[in-house]
Amino acid sequence: MAENGGSRNGGPILEARGVSKYFGHVVALEDITMDVRAGEVLCLLGDNGAGKSTLIKTFSGVHKPDKGTMLVDGEETVFNSPHDAIERGIATVFQDLAMIPLSGIARNFFLGREPKKGKGPLQRYDAAFADRVTRSELEKIGIELRDTSQPVSTLSGGERQCVAIARAVYFGAKVLILDEPTSALGVRQASIVLRYIDQTRAAGIGVIFITHNVHHAYLIGDRFTVLERGRNTGTVAHDEITTEQLEKRMAGGKELARLEAEFKRGAKEIRVPAHPS
Amino acid sequence: MAATQTPEAARPPGHQAARVRRVGTLRAWLTRPELAAVAGCVLVWLFFAAVASDSGFLSQGGTASYLEVAAQVGIVGVPVAMLMIAGEFDLSVGSMVGAAGMIIAISTAEYGWPLWAGIVAAFVVAALVGLFNGYIVVKTGLPSFIVTLGMLFALSGATIGLSRLLTDRTQISMYPGDLEGFLHSLFAGKIGPYPASIAWWLGLAVVATYVLQKTVFGNWVFGAGGDKYAARNVGVPVARVKILTFVATATSAALLATIQVLDAGSADVIRGQLLELQAIAAAVIGGVLLTGGYGSVIGALFGALIFGMVQQGIFFTGVDTDWFKLFVGAMILLAVLFNNLIRKRAAEAH
Repeated sequence: MAENGGSRNGGPILEARGVSKYFGHVVALEDITMDVRAGEVLCLLGDNGAGKSTLIKTFSGVHKPDKGTMLVDGEETVFNSPHDAIERGIATVFQDLAMIPLSGIARNFFLGREPKKGKGPLQRYDAAFADRVTRSELEKIGIELRDTSQPVSTLSGGERQCVAIARAVYFGAKVLILDEPTSALGVRQASIVLRYIDQTRAAGIGVIFITHNVHHAYLIGDRFTVLERGRNTGTVAHDEITTEQLEKRMAGGKELARLEAEFKRGAKEIRVPAHPS
Repeated sequence: MAATQTPEAARPPGHQAARVRRVGTLRAWLTRPELAAVAGCVLVWLFFAAVASDSGFLSQGGTASYLEVAAQVGIVGVPVAMLMIAGEFDLSVGSMVGAAGMIIAISTAEYGWPLWAGIVAAFVVAALVGLFNGYIVVKTGLPSFIVTLGMLFALSGATIGLSRLLTDRTQISMYPGDLEGFLHSLFAGKIGPYPASIAWWLGLAVVATYVLQKTVFGNWVFGAGGDKYAARNVGVPVARVKILTFVATATSAALLATIQVLDAGSADVIRGQLLELQAIAAAVIGGVLLTGGYGSVIGALFGALIFGMVQQGIFFTGVDTDWFKLFVGAMILLAVLFNNLIRKRAAEAH
C-alpha cells in the first residue's frame, strides 16, 4: 500500500488553502487547508455536521469558497460549476451515485457522455461501443456481465458503487472524491468497494475518501484529515496513528467516551431507587 | 492505468462466481416492459376472434376498423408514452386536438387560407403550447400533472370562446375543395381498406422507438425520467429533453387533429375529449412506469391496439358498447398488476 503513496510529480494534485464557506450566520468551513497527491488515499473523517459535505461540494465545484483558494496541480483554480471541476479531472461520486436504477448498466455508464456514431441526422448512440467498454471496464474490477443492458438495480450495493467509480475513472478522473461509499454497505459489500479503491490508488489516482467509519478509513487510508465543526483538526499519516487514536480524534470518539462514562454512571444510579435509603 | 489492476489470479476463489450474471434469452424477454401489452393483445384478439368472428371482427373491414381506432389513440399515445418515460404527463393533448382542428377549419373555411397554411398554423400553435407546458414545468418545478391539467381547461375554454367569437359556431365544416388532393390523401387517404392514420401511427412508433433506443436523446429521456438530479449531475440537459418531449406530444395532437378534420370534413371543439386519458392508458398498459424512467413505445403501440380491438370488438359482438369502458378499466388494472410483476423481476432477481 505504502509504496504507492506519494506523488508522481512531487506536488499535490488538488489542494485547498485557507478555504472558508459561510451560509448566512452559519460557519460551514473555516480556514481549511488540505491536499491530496497522486496515488494516495486521503481519508476525510468527521461526524455528521462536521462540514464534510460542504467541503466536497467545494472541491467538486458545487460551492465557491468565500475565502481561500483551490489549486489543481499547483495552479490556482476557480470552479464555477461541477462541470469545471470534472473538466480538470476532479470527479465526485455522490451517495446517490448518479445512476438510473431501472436503466441498463451500459447506458448508465455512458449517461450524459454517450458515444456516437454516424453523421448529421443519422448520428446515433453507439450501443456496441458502450457495451464493449462497459464490459471490459467492469471486468477489470471483477464484475462480469453477461448482459450490459440489465438494470443497474440488479447489481449489489457494492457493485453499484464500483460501477460509479469505474465510470469516473474511465472518463479521466485524476482525483476521485468518494462520498461515504461504504457507509450504507455491509462488510462483504464494503470490502468489494475498499478493494477497488485500492486498485484505483495503484493506478495513480488521488482518492479523497469521505467516511465516518474509522475502521474502513484505517484499512485503506494513507493519510487522515479529521474535520470538526467546520475546522481541520489536523492531518496525520497512517503510520503515525492507531485506529483507537483516530477514533478519539473524531468528535464521535469523544462523544462515545462520554456516552460510555454516562452509561456506567447511569447503571449505578438505576440501582439507587431500588434500595431507598 | 490498467496495467496495475488486480490480475485474475489475485482474486479469492469463489468470489468471482458470485458475480457472474446469467440471463437466459427467454428470461430476458420475459422482463421486457411491453410483454403484458403484447400478451394482452393476443388474448383480446383471440377472445373476439372466438366470440365475434361471424359478425365481421376478422374481416378486412373489421380489422381496418379496430386499427383505425387504435391509430387515433396511438398517434398521441406514442409521444405521450415517451413523455411519461421522461417523467412527465401531458393532460392537455385532448384539448389540443380540439383546438388544432378548429384552427384548421376556421382558417381555411372561414378565412379562406390555403389548407397547407391552416395545417402549419395548427402545428405552430401546438408547438407553442408544448413549449409553454414544458417551460412552465421545468422552470417552476410544479408537477406536470397540474400544469397540463390547467392547460386542458384553459385550451378547451379558449377554443370554445374564440370559435364562438369568430364564427358564432362550435362546429365548422371544411371547404369541400380541401377534402381532395394531395394533402387530403396524405392525411386522410386510404391504402386499400386501411386509412392513412394507421400508417402515421405505425410510422410514429417506429421513429419514436428509434429515437428512444438508438439515439443519445433517447438515453437522455430515460435518464431525465429515471432521476432528473442524477441525470443533470452527469451532464444530461434535462430541461431541454423535457421541453422537447412536451412539444412532441402537443404536435402529435395537431397531427391527429389534421387527420380527423380531413377525414370527417369538419371540426368540432369537443373533439379529442378524454383522449389524454386514453393515451395514458395505452402507455400504462404498454408497460410505461407512471413515475418515469422505464417503458417502451412499442408497448404503448400495443396498448393502443388493445384499446381499438376492445372498442370495436364489443361493437362486433353486438353487446351494448356501454360495456366498453368497464372492459377497458379492467384491462388497465390487470395490465398494471402484470407490469408491476415483470418490473420487479427485471429490477431484482436475475
